[in-house]
Amino acid sequence: MESNLIIKDKQKNKLEKAFEILKTMASKPSGLIGLTIVLFHVVLALTSPYIAPYDYKAISPNTMLLAPSAEHWFGTDSLGRDVFTRTILGGRTALTVTFFGSLIALLWGGLLGIFCGLVGGKIDDVVMRVVDAFLSIPWILAMLLIVSLLGTSTEVLIPALGFFYGKGIVRVARAATHDVIAKDFIVSARARGHSNMSIIWNEIIPNVRDAILVEGAMRWSWMLLGFSSLSFLGFGVSPPTPDWGLMISNARGLMSFAYWSVIAPIVGLSSLIIGINLTADAFAKALGIDRSTKAPV
Amino acid sequence: MSEIIESVKNLSIGFNSQKGKQISILRNVSTNIKKGETVGIVGESGSGKSTLALAMMGYIKQGLFPLKGECIFKSEDLLKMTSRQLEKIRGRKIAMIPQNAGQALTPNLKIGYQIDEALRLHTNLNKTERDKKISELLNKVRLPSPETMAFRYPHELSGGQQQRVAVAMALAGKPDLLLLDEPTTGLDVTTQAHVLELLRFIAKDTGTSMIYVSHDLGAIAQVSDRIVVMYAGEIVLEGPARKILKEPIHPYTYGLLKSIPKLSLSGLPASMPGSQPQPGSINEGCSFYDRCNLANDHCKKNSPDLEHIKELDTNVRCFNHKELINQNNNLQTSITKKSNNSEAIEVLKLKDVSISYAKQKFFDQLLNKISDQNPTVKDINIDIKKGETIALVGESGSGKSTILKSIAGLLKTKDGQIKFENDRILSSDLKMRNPNDLRAIQLIFQNPDESLNPNHTVEQILSQPLKLYFNLSGEELKKNIIDLLKKVRLGEFYMSRYPRQLSGGEKQRVAVARAFAAKPDIILCDEVTSALDVSVQAAVLNLLQQLKEDLGTTYVFVSHDLAVVRAISDRVAVLYQGRLCEIGPSQNVYKFPSHPYTEVLLGAVLEPDPDIKPKLVAEDIVEEKPPEKGCSFQGRCPRKIGDICNSEVPPWQIGENGNAIRCHINIEELASLQQ
Ligand SMILES: Nc1ncnc2c1ncn2[C@@H]1O[C@H](COP(=O)(O)OP(=O)(O)O)[C@@H](O)[C@H]1O
Ligand code: SF4
Ligand code: SF4
Ligand SMILES: [Mg+2]
Repeated sequence: MESNLIIKDKQKNKLEKAFEILKTMASKPSGLIGLTIVLFHVVLALTSPYIAPYDYKAISPNTMLLAPSAEHWFGTDSLGRDVFTRTILGGRTALTVTFFGSLIALLWGGLLGIFCGLVGGKIDDVVMRVVDAFLSIPWILAMLLIVSLLGTSTEVLIPALGFFYGKGIVRVARAATHDVIAKDFIVSARARGHSNMSIIWNEIIPNVRDAILVEGAMRWSWMLLGFSSLSFLGFGVSPPTPDWGLMISNARGLMSFAYWSVIAPIVGLSSLIIGINLTADAFAKALGIDRSTKAPV
Repeated sequence: MSEIIESVKNLSIGFNSQKGKQISILRNVSTNIKKGETVGIVGESGSGKSTLALAMMGYIKQGLFPLKGECIFKSEDLLKMTSRQLEKIRGRKIAMIPQNAGQALTPNLKIGYQIDEALRLHTNLNKTERDKKISELLNKVRLPSPETMAFRYPHELSGGQQQRVAVAMALAGKPDLLLLDEPTTGLDVTTQAHVLELLRFIAKDTGTSMIYVSHDLGAIAQVSDRIVVMYAGEIVLEGPARKILKEPIHPYTYGLLKSIPKLSLSGLPASMPGSQPQPGSINEGCSFYDRCNLANDHCKKNSPDLEHIKELDTNVRCFNHKELINQNNNLQTSITKKSNNSEAIEVLKLKDVSISYAKQKFFDQLLNKISDQNPTVKDINIDIKKGETIALVGESGSGKSTILKSIAGLLKTKDGQIKFENDRILSSDLKMRNPNDLRAIQLIFQNPDESLNPNHTVEQILSQPLKLYFNLSGEELKKNIIDLLKKVRLGEFYMSRYPRQLSGGEKQRVAVARAFAAKPDIILCDEVTSALDVSVQAAVLNLLQQLKEDLGTTYVFVSHDLAVVRAISDRVAVLYQGRLCEIGPSQNVYKFPSHPYTEVLLGAVLEPDPDIKPKLVAEDIVEEKPPEKGCSFQGRCPRKIGDICNSEVPPWQIGENGNAIRCHINIEELASLQQ
């Protein structure tokens, strides 16, 4: 009974801590703006299928390239589809793919980084060389290769993006681990005879988690941009599924006379990227991590 | 009465807490610095001494702001000056030497260039004048061969030499006032003594006023004319150095002096209970009330003012100070005698142990051996008896921690054996040791900030060894944790705390509890009190002694502080460059005849007594590597007798006191030389 209470207490502590962090993040205007934008996009992505006023794939020759009006708030595109409908739906795929992509990036990047930091020596050298070699390949070329070989389904996109965006996390996780393993509490655990797994789990992860999470959040916004670029090039989401990158790509020729069809997805995409960036920054500050000295890799 | 150079009047400095409350960390501080005078400001960490010293050069740390009062330097208030005005004063009129100033030198610039820069900034001298000045300054801080010194890089200098360069740079602008914040903390004993001697010389020679901030009464005693004692942001005692140190009439200072281990006394110093209150937590009454053994109900409700005692020329903040007048005799006596409960059985034997940090060459790796003719640690032979406390002393780099790490299995030995219980050889590879041997030998580290995982609660920290070695869980685990906390005098409520919510002393208690959780036979203590305040140090030493007497644990106690070692150890081994110099029962090692190195170390100890000056018999420069052959101490030995010291390893000689000395000088002769 009593130990149960302790466990509950701990969970409460964790929740409290998360709440505390959120509060600190929201206490600065930039953090508040970032959080609001991200929250807005998430809520929108969850609810948009129910609130979209039109069918996103309904083509109509009668309503081609209409300017914004009471019926079509953001106007219509060259196939007569409602831009508002397509814009609020257009972030769903991007968000989902990049969210899971970031999780994968976090997982393999974090674990490999911790491993390298821990073992050091030759193995670390070799692994980091390989990672560096991968870093020097223009990712978009590699992505195009993968996508053209394996197709553009989400089952391909998520792990592929996750793989390419995990490289940066490896470095951060490795550096953080390096800082931690020199500390006496690790030496102490080793001297007691704890296993490597137990040391990683109990001593290292709690101390590098924050740095890795922050990096992951940053990677997420980069990945969004990457994913949208793929869509823009026609290698992301297949039509007629609405997607910002694709929408921008389709409408870019009409810029001069039907600006509405391109502005809305641009605003959607850039606001989300900025929002995630601001949030990640505020998150880092709330955790007391200084990112200013670390340039993105 | 000489001219007052700076005067602090009713200064209070504070910050706004997260809840918007104004919290002061300096309260109503007033003091004067006279021309040519050296004032020592002493107090535990967090007492506000650095804040005061910085304010005296018009600098308020970020997040803090002055609440009231002024710092008048030459009839102007520094705290009201613009940063332009302050720039003109800092470096020229008031210079500062922060802690680790030597290490803060720019690594890729030559010494001469860095001093030149200071000169360009703070004086109007032209190039040739500056060049002359540089060698003058290098001479003044007594650096060897100043001509070549100017062309060296910081890393080519020893720690003490770097600190001298920092002093030279601070003197570049010919300041009227020199602020020193813990300038010798972290330096070796002998280096510390040398730097202090230099500062004393400079104060006399140039007539510069100095403010010397330190937690170390021993250092303060060597340089100060006057001493200011701070406690919880207030001045509690102020007066001439000799009076403060010999007749302290404030209970805090009195207790502080008593808690310092002294060379002349064996046994543990009396400890002061409790710790300094956090800023903002004192609402009424005397700030020392919780820890004071003279406290009465009056002190609880009323806060004492700083009162001037004419006949002693001191200011004191205590209602009951009269009870301490003429109590000074007691300062030297009330020391707990400790019992030596070592048994005849040996638990741990180091036999011909050598340890090398050299990288293995490829072939050696295949053969699994280390080929290093000149290893960091060599030929260590020590038999450790069950229940005894054996101390390893020596300056930094003498291999103390290296030996501990090898015993713990964290570092492979090159040669020799480590034998545990009944001459069973312990593998030098941690992974090959059996769990029970791992349990039997535990480590406590110097800095609890580093040795406790910041993301674990005290409960998690203590449950680790309990789970690992005894498979405890649930109620039983919790009960054991509470027992452990009780053993180190911490309440049950500490379980849910994180290390950052504990004071330095409390953290170290948790570290001690974690070591004892394993029910170890041997505990390896690596400088366990060096990061603690004096009053806390005494408490931790007493705790360690108590636990050992109750549980029969054996300690291997590593320290650079000879007085601490004297207080706690039964036997002492003196190390230089990874080689044993002397070993014997503690009271005998502290008596002559001694190994010349022990003699140097003993001479450099700073006692909190202005009448005991350190004896500087040897240079304070330690070689980077041990010598290839001959005596390890040949490079610095003040008693070196000739070539034999360079070529032959000296023999062990047993003195009549029972201490073994490794020197070519005959032991009787050594005794008569050292008389
Ligand atoms: N920037 C700051 N903000 C809030 N509190 C501070 C700050 N700097 C120092 N303190 C607090 O002021 C007190 C005195 O600090 P300091 O002058 O550094 O003490 P000392 O030099 O004696 O170690 C401590 O309790 C410390 O925590
Ligand atoms: S005033 Fe009272 S509590 Fe304060 S130091 Fe003096 S005797 Fe102790
Ligand atoms: S052997 Fe020679 S160098 Fe070594 S301590 Fe003795 S006198 Fe000094
Ligand atoms: Mg300080």
